[in-house]
Parts: sequence; C-alpha cells; structure tokens
Amino acid sequence: MADFEVPVLNDIPKTPELAPGASAHLKPFVAAPAHQEALGFPGELVEDWHDKAIAKMGDLLGKYRSLQVYMDACVKCGACTDKCHYFLGTGDPKNMPVARQDLFRSVYRKHFTLGGKLFPQLVGAKDLTREMLDDWYSYFHQCSQCRRCSVFCPYGIDTAEVSMAAREVMDHIGLGQKYCNEIIGKVHKIGNNLGLPEPALADTLEGLAEDVKDETGHDVLFPLDVEGADVLLVTPSADFFAEPHVDGLIGYAKVFHQAGVSWTLSSKASEAANFAMFIGSYENMVRVARRIREAAIELKVKRIIFGECGHAWRVAYSFLNTLAGPWDFLDPRYPRPQHILEFTHDLIKRGGIKLDKSGNQGMVLTFHDSCNVARASRMGDMPGGQFGIPREVIAACVPKFVDMHPDTIGEKTFCCGGGGGLLTDDLMEIRVKGAQPRAEALKAVVEQEGVTHMAAICAICKSQFTKVLPKYGFEMDMIVSVHQLVSKAILLGNND
Amino acid sequence: MTTLFAVLFYAATAVLVFGLAYKVTQYTRTPAPLKIPTMPAPLTKTGVAFRLAREVGLFESLFKSNKWLWIFAVAFHLGLLLVVLRHLRYFIEPVWTVVALIQPFGIYGGLAMLGGLVALLLRRLIVARVRYITAPSDILMLLLLIGIGVSGMAMKGAVHTDVIAVKAFFLGLMRFDIQPLPNDPVLFVHLGLVALLMIVFPFSKLLHAPGVFFSPTRNQVDDARDRRHLAPWAAQFEAGK
Repeated sequence: MADFEVPVLNDIPKTPELAPGASAHLKPFVAAPAHQEALGFPGELVEDWHDKAIAKMGDLLGKYRSLQVYMDACVKCGACTDKCHYFLGTGDPKNMPVARQDLFRSVYRKHFTLGGKLFPQLVGAKDLTREMLDDWYSYFHQCSQCRRCSVFCPYGIDTAEVSMAAREVMDHIGLGQKYCNEIIGKVHKIGNNLGLPEPALADTLEGLAEDVKDETGHDVLFPLDVEGADVLLVTPSADFFAEPHVDGLIGYAKVFHQAGVSWTLSSKASEAANFAMFIGSYENMVRVARRIREAAIELKVKRIIFGECGHAWRVAYSFLNTLAGPWDFLDPRYPRPQHILEFTHDLIKRGGIKLDKSGNQGMVLTFHDSCNVARASRMGDMPGGQFGIPREVIAACVPKFVDMHPDTIGEKTFCCGGGGGLLTDDLMEIRVKGAQPRAEALKAVVEQEGVTHMAAICAICKSQFTKVLPKYGFEMDMIVSVHQLVSKAILLGNND
Repeated sequence: MTTLFAVLFYAATAVLVFGLAYKVTQYTRTPAPLKIPTMPAPLTKTGVAFRLAREVGLFESLFKSNKWLWIFAVAFHLGLLLVVLRHLRYFIEPVWTVVALIQPFGIYGGLAMLGGLVALLLRRLIVARVRYITAPSDILMLLLLIGIGVSGMAMKGAVHTDVIAVKAFFLGLMRFDIQPLPNDPVLFVHLGLVALLMIVFPFSKLLHAPGVFFSPTRNQVDDARDRRHLAPWAAQFEAGK
C-alpha cells in the first residue's frame, strides 16, 4: 500500500478544489479465478469482454427500471457534485456522483441512444475502451453505495444502482473484486463472511456465556441451532469476535434473557451480511438470502430478528420479502423481519427491561446514522423511525446524548467510508479519505460538546471507524455498538 | 415558408409524441425488481403522490441540495410554465378565462425564464465542478432555450408580428387547413427553435420530465415488509430454482 497523506480536518467543512486523477490509482485487488467461478462468473477477463459487457449492459437496462431511467434523466445540474464523501475527501472529479455515473452513461449513450450514435462528441458518448474499463474498476469501487447523492438529486438518481450495475457487468466479463467475491463464496460454502465453521462458532458462544456469567453472575444464554426457539437472530459474523461488535452481541443476549424470549443463532445463517448486494448480483443475493429462510424453517422459529448491521438491514427490511419470501410461516404479530433495535426499543417503552444509566457513567454519546439504515430502510411504524429509535435507545442508556451537525446525520448522514464492499486493506487510502466528512463532524462535537463516544449500528461502520478514526487522532475504542451501551445499562435479574 | 413550417410542425409533433410514447412505454415495461425508495419514504400511495408532487412542483430534493441552483431552476421552470400557459391562446378558440387572465404574468414568466437560463448557463461555465460534467449538448440545450426566449420576447417588445395570423396558422394546423404564416424572420427563428426543441426532446436529457415520475427512489411506497414485491423476471428465476 502506497503512503498517502491523511486529510486535515477542517473546522468548517469545505468543498475541495478539483484534483483530476487524484484517486485514479486506487483500485481493489482483482478476484482470482476461484473466487469468480464460485459465484458463476468467468475466472478472468474474457477475450471478447467489450461485446460481452455491452450485451450485459443491455440485459440490465431491460431488467432494472432504475438503471434505464437514471441513464436518461440526468440533466447534469450538479446538485450531487459536492455530496459524495469520497469526492469531499479526494477532490477527484470522477468521485462526483454524476461523473461516476457518466463513466457508465457515456458508454450507454454510445451504444444505446440515437444521439450518442449520431453525435458522440456532442453528447459525451464514449466507447468502453480498456482505459474506460480501468476507470470503471477504479471508480465504481470508490462508491460505497450509500445513496447520499440520491437524496439531493431532483430525479432521485441513485449512484448505488449504477455502481451495482457496473460491478455486475465487470463480474460477467471476468473482472471481479477479490474482497466481495471471496466473501460471498465463503457465505455460500460455510455460512458466514468470516468462514467461521460451526464448531468454532459454538466454542465462541460458549466462551461468551462464561464471560457474562463471570461478570454478572447471571446465566445469560448464547444458544446455537436450538430447534423450536421463538426467535432466530441473524447477525453479522463480526459480532462473534471483534470489538466493539461482540459487546453488542452480549447486549442482544442480555435483552433476550431479560425479556424471557427464547432465541437462537443458526450455524447455517450465521451471517446477516449479504455482500451480493454490493456487486449487484440478484442471483447471488437470492442464494445468500435463502439460507436464512432455510434456517428459519429448519429451526421452526416464529420470528426473525436482525442484529446491528447496515446493508444487512437494507437487504432484510427492503429485499428479504422479495428475495426469500413470503414469510407467512412466521408470526404475523411481529414485523417480518424485525430489527434488534425495534425489539429493544419496544421493551424499553413497555418497561420490559430496566436500564440504569450509571452503567455508562461519564460517557457522552453521539450517533452515526449508518447509510443503509438511514436511506434504504426503516424501523418502527413511522417514516424516520430508523433515526428516532436508535437515539431513544441510546438516550435511555447513557447520561448525555448529543447529535452531530444536521447536515451529517439522518437522511443526510455521511457514509463511514468503508461501505459497499470497500472494507478491505487494499482500499485503505480511499477509506481514510472517505471518512473525512464524518471525522470533521465528530471532531466538532468532541470539541464543543465533550462527546466521548460515537455509537454505530453497522458492522462495517464499526470496523471502518475502529481502523480509520485513529488516523485522525481519535481513540479507536470511542466507537461503540448501541447494544454495548444497552449491555452496560441493563439491569439483570428480578427487577420488580 | 408556410408549407415548410407546417411540415416541420407536423413532423416535430410526431417525433415528440411517438418518441415520448416510446420512452414512457419502455419505462413502464421495465420492471423495478427491488424496493429502493430513498428513505424516509411515504407508507402509502397517496403519500407517494404527494412526494412526487413536491418533487415536480417544488423541486424538494434540489432545495435540499443547493439554494442558488434551486432559485435558478425554479425561475426557469416556473417562468416556462407561465409562458406556455400564455401561449395556449394560440391553440384554443375561444380563449379560456384562465388563459386570458394569465396573459400579463406570461411576460414576467418570460423574463424569469430567461434570467434563470442565463444564470444556469453562467453557473455551468463558472463553477468548476459543473463545468467538468458539462458536455457540449448541455450548453447547446441552454442556448436553444435562450434563443426561444429571446426571439419570443423580441416579438413581444420590439419586432411585433401578426399574432392573429400566427393563431390562424396554428388553429389551421390543428384542423389540417393550412393558413399563411406571417413572413417574419424573428417568428421563423422562434418557431424553428421550438420545433427543434420538440424534436430533440425524446432523445435528450429533457427526458428528465417523464423520468422523474418513473424514478423508483421517488415513486415507490415504503411497504417492503408488508407486501411481497416480485418482478416478472425475478419470479421466473425463482420458479426455475
């Protein structure tokens, strides 16, 4: 990895000067043939890649209304140009959402529009040359599919849809990304992103139960593959071992324990993440999603609850019914599926669990809205529940809660910089630079409001911040899981 | 000249109507396989109708993005709307009261439209980020609209044309009874540019007008957990498993 300069945090955020090519050198490792073939893609760049790519574009244009409309509708107004965290962090103009889309759109115009065929130069139509393909590989892997640009676009053009399509095209000509495709292969084969097999998982959970027993004196269970449990918990595999994720898992377990709800994890569906979304592969998304359906049926559960994970919640909330539904065998009295925060929030409101803020004494919290939760899903009954519910749960657990600048939270939240399949060391430079807008907003509340910790509800956000925020001078353990806060505040045992 | 413009307008109308019908059919027939509304999104169809109405009528998202751009865009589009309403009198007889009442506002509309367009053009040339994403066609489109506006305003303010005859021409066109068009160069420029605009509409970024109604991030209801959403090709894929 080449050395690079960590951006300086500004007190007042500013839009950078254009720096053409500033991040052209940033591209992830290419998938090996084994990674590709396990997902049904050609092992390496095929000979007639140009024609295959154009054919695949045509296929996708016919399958996705979003893509077809977004290719036509952009007027180049520039509303999105200063909204992408990767542009703000690098100044590379091809990281402006519209310019990123234009890498795809210019080829669309060349091959699929009359104007592009007749007057290519006039309308900016270009062919898919090797240079263009390299640009695709670079810049469609510098999009975390966070959808911030789509909030500001007058037509709702969502660059995530375009980058997913571009990655799908590249996968089909044999130019896949190692990080995503290797992980999806592991899920297909073993059941989770980490490749953690059942015995190791069982061992880990046993250890956690012992730790909690030692610490609290209570027999909090971490059940695995328990048939007939009420709830199947599907959570990102990072929750099984990494800090601060695992503290969140302990929090879920304590909440279930205290609520008296029987639950289980599944070794088959030991992963909430669905990286197939990142590469825009509907087929692989279905395959990953169906594990969860199979596990739910085999374990005869009545409910499915998802742990803290951003894109997983997008897939669960927005896509699961489509990909692996209908879920009519689950109890209709509960959301199908439900988010762990909906579950905990409901318990707090009903007095089903008791919290003592002194468990988190001295902490001043802020909350990072995860992009996929904020702009691609919901919690609760009302639009915007995904903003209110986590904040209410946090506020119930800690002495003080402060929000960051309104332009950096809620629907306008910044991506952590590591989403969309970019959470890999070979993309460290873009990850660090993409975190700049969030780091700036965080710095402001740390300095002005005395914020000590930032909570997140996404495995990718937590991993990314733990790794990247130290580069900006923050402590790595200032990132916490929301259920880690619940875990420290919850009163176990008989509270009546 | 009269025959030329009659043919031109028949052709332009045909291109506009059939071109748009083709694109709208394409958008309608292309499925949206996944629920992707930009959240928070409305929970009901009525809510979606309001969201789209705010998007089309108030440019809600653009307002969130950039206030200056919003002002320029509103000036242009609202101005254009008033201008179009004002011009309805050339196509209807008797003229509806509302169109008659709007006539004076049409002039202000024309000024607002031109002001907005010039501001948009300057922004495109001056702001480096916007200049970077600008293709020649983006500039030409603005120039085309400015040309239409300037030639129109010129006829209103300086080189008047015989509006009675112009009206007779268009009413005649609509009844396939061609009436003579005044022999007036500014009018020819104005009408020629309008016909050109109609012709490029279905092939250009002007498709943003129908496109916004088909944008899944804006027109989908947030009900994924309650209602199973399955595109025909996805259902086929599922059945084939």
